[in-house]
Amino acid sequence: MTEPTMTEPANPLSVDVAVIGGGPAGLSAAIELKRRGIGQVVVFDRDVEAGGVPRHCGHPPFGLREFGRLLTGPAYARRLVRHALQAGVEIRLNHAVVALHPEGHLELATPDGRIAVRAKRVLLATGIRETPRSARLVTGTRPVGVINTGALQAYVHLQGMIPFRRPVIVGTELVSLSAIATCLTHGMRPVAMVEARSRPTARWPLALLPHLVGIPVHYRTEIAAIDGDGRVESVILQKQDGERTTLACDGVLFTGGFVPEASLVRLSHLTLDAHSGGPRIDQFGRCSDSLYYAAGNLLRAVETAGWSFREGRRIAGYIADDLQGSLAKAERLIPIVPGRDIKLAVPQQIALPGLLAGARTIELRVEEASTGHLDVSSNGRTLLRKPLSALPERRILLDLKALGLLDDATEIRVEMRP
Amino acid sequence: MLQPTPFDVAIIGGGVVGCAVARHLTLAGAKVVLLEKATDILSGASKGNSAILHTGFDAPPGSLELACMQEGYQEYIDIRTRLRLPILETGAVVVAWNDDEAGRLDQIEQTARNNGISDVRRLDRNELQAREPHLSAQALGGLLVPREHLIDPWSAPLAYMLQALANGAEIRRSTELLSGQFDGRDWRLATSTGELAATTVVNCAGLYGDIVDERLTGQTHFTIKPRKGQFVVFDKAAARLLGTIILPVPSERTKGIVLTPTIFGNLLVGPTAEEQDERDRAGVDTATLESLKQKAEAILPALAGMPVTAIYAGLRPATERKEYRVRHDVEQHLITIGGIRSTGLTAALGLARHVGRLWASSNAHTPLADPVWPEAPMLAEHEERDWTRPGYGEIICHCEMVTRRELEAALDGPLPAGDIGGLKRRTRAGMGRCQGFNCSARLASLTEGRFPVPLAVGHCHD
Repeated sequence: MTEPTMTEPANPLSVDVAVIGGGPAGLSAAIELKRRGIGQVVVFDRDVEAGGVPRHCGHPPFGLREFGRLLTGPAYARRLVRHALQAGVEIRLNHAVVALHPEGHLELATPDGRIAVRAKRVLLATGIRETPRSARLVTGTRPVGVINTGALQAYVHLQGMIPFRRPVIVGTELVSLSAIATCLTHGMRPVAMVEARSRPTARWPLALLPHLVGIPVHYRTEIAAIDGDGRVESVILQKQDGERTTLACDGVLFTGGFVPEASLVRLSHLTLDAHSGGPRIDQFGRCSDSLYYAAGNLLRAVETAGWSFREGRRIAGYIADDLQGSLAKAERLIPIVPGRDIKLAVPQQIALPGLLAGARTIELRVEEASTGHLDVSSNGRTLLRKPLSALPERRILLDLKALGLLDDATEIRVEMRP
Repeated sequence: MLQPTPFDVAIIGGGVVGCAVARHLTLAGAKVVLLEKATDILSGASKGNSAILHTGFDAPPGSLELACMQEGYQEYIDIRTRLRLPILETGAVVVAWNDDEAGRLDQIEQTARNNGISDVRRLDRNELQAREPHLSAQALGGLLVPREHLIDPWSAPLAYMLQALANGAEIRRSTELLSGQFDGRDWRLATSTGELAATTVVNCAGLYGDIVDERLTGQTHFTIKPRKGQFVVFDKAAARLLGTIILPVPSERTKGIVLTPTIFGNLLVGPTAEEQDERDRAGVDTATLESLKQKAEAILPALAGMPVTAIYAGLRPATERKEYRVRHDVEQHLITIGGIRSTGLTAALGLARHVGRLWASSNAHTPLADPVWPEAPMLAEHEERDWTRPGYGEIICHCEMVTRRELEAALDGPLPAGDIGGLKRRTRAGMGRCQGFNCSARLASLTEGRFPVPLAVGHCHD
């Protein structure tokens, strides 16, 4: 029996800022940190190349606001990486962070053995993933051919392969429409699109796409069962009124249902926000351990690459302020409490001092379509009340300055009222 | 036609029992062949269970089941280091949730002591809370069984089979037994991939045990009544909430629903006990999975909001009776190991020794003097995994930290993965929280041309 060669981490690698995740948020943050004169900025990405999710989104529009031109996902990712390298950012690929510890201490797996990193500040930018079939608790057998859009795009754009020819697509988010485009341009013909809600989640006119290409869309319908021994053979669709039909197909594509890739946070000393599924942050992107910051879709599912890019850059600015001594320590925190119909609020708390020095807005989302008034109150005092008709997966922005929050506020309550 | 020398023993079925029997008889000096109708071992009852190494504290006193469990338990402890098999020493607590159940703990404790498990100990409410602070305050107390532990339910049988192969056994996968004729000296077996001869046949066919029995003897000595168990696996973050296996006070029919850590660092709840006719289809259903989640949250309230990583269902080869259906037909050179239910993972090595004794009683043999001890994949979360050692290439599955080196090893060697399920069981690739969101396409590429049901159906230019 051969003894495993143990590789205890040697002396930790010391860096100014460790960025975990080389997607749009992480790379743009790293670029901004270098622009602000921060010394050693290292992006750790667990993948074989940096760029994040856009790498396997082989379609426009990416980059309009960042680079002033219309790019496909892979071209956008390459450009981001190039800009980061030109800015002096160090990108370490195949570096998987496996644990976060206090005092900016990180554990990593690398192909050359485990290493430890000691960072003055850490930016978490680990992005998102879609909800798989398992977490949706879908009935049926467990055949080959049940995947998420992220996997589909990796099959097509990274491996040149196709996982099925006649899938049923579950969901009508933006990513679901992107999945249709991916299918149609690579020899796959979706047999139907299924949506539990009564209307598409994606915005008009994009939601017209399946109709334009002749793919039937079933609203108020769910997959009641998946069937197949080896590969998927059929699904049973069930309408809200109970009507069931069997549909032959060779795959099921579960699209969207994005969740933050917050596993590292969940397993660490940092506080997780149960509503967003991401780390709990203040208006500067600071986590419960103030040496840790977070940006991008890890904060909430799901925003565009462009949004993540700008958010990364903004929060990098606060990290630079912090390292350069101009960001005040939090002396008091005002929690933002999501009430009725509100799915999440980001940030989850406002740190004082610095009420208006960080994010200008509080981002909200609703769980389901909701019409009425958005009511924002603090210590029993209404700060804002405005009519709102909100749809799921769409951002709602609250102007923090307009709220006129008082310094003695102990909480901010946000809810929908009739 | 040239008649090849018959095998000493043909084993029908590559589940945990078949693999353990193959190992034991090979080490005993027999020339063994194992026939498995599926494309990989562990494709039936052995692919879905709760992975507990049982002491037998609640087994029927004096039963063969108890004897095999205890013998199997001890042998696992004895051989596990040499085969590099893990164990997670958790202990179990049979928890009473109401006065009725609390009243039945005495009987369970007595049975445990009668079964030779003398280290069981009662825990009052406070002791239980001290041991498991996240456990619901509704728990009234329990019976601690310190030596109930967790093992890797797939690497263990794989290691048994690998050791059999390394010492001269053969395996034929995708090979279904069609019929058998005993000529007074040897069996002539017709299979889906050709004929073969063997002096003795051991039926370890699990969910197909009665069918194989009928194909060999023209009659069935028992009837398999598949019993389905659904499971929900929670995210690894949940494992911090529980250190001990939480068992219910059992009913007559089933051990009931268990909440347990797993050796892979997750938390598992299940199984249900649902009778069904189908022998090879084990579906899950939303309502049952929801109820399992609720059950888990009732036991461990801090689980609320914890993400689900995986769902699965397994089938136990129950029969019309509770006990193991073991039969030795000395005249016919036939040993039948039937009706091995949920305790099979623990009992397999004991059953193999039992088979060994039955077989040796009428067959001269010389045990191998210096057998080879191959090593199993080490997938336990608390042990040093492959990714901690340099030179692994890259990590393909990040949720479960599976390296390219591990995947390549699982696709190579004397018993390469025969299908995607087999690859997952050998490496855990794709079994984590993202369920292949990140790695499925890479796996499709790495396994191209290898599996009968491939992950990819074609290339983009097709």
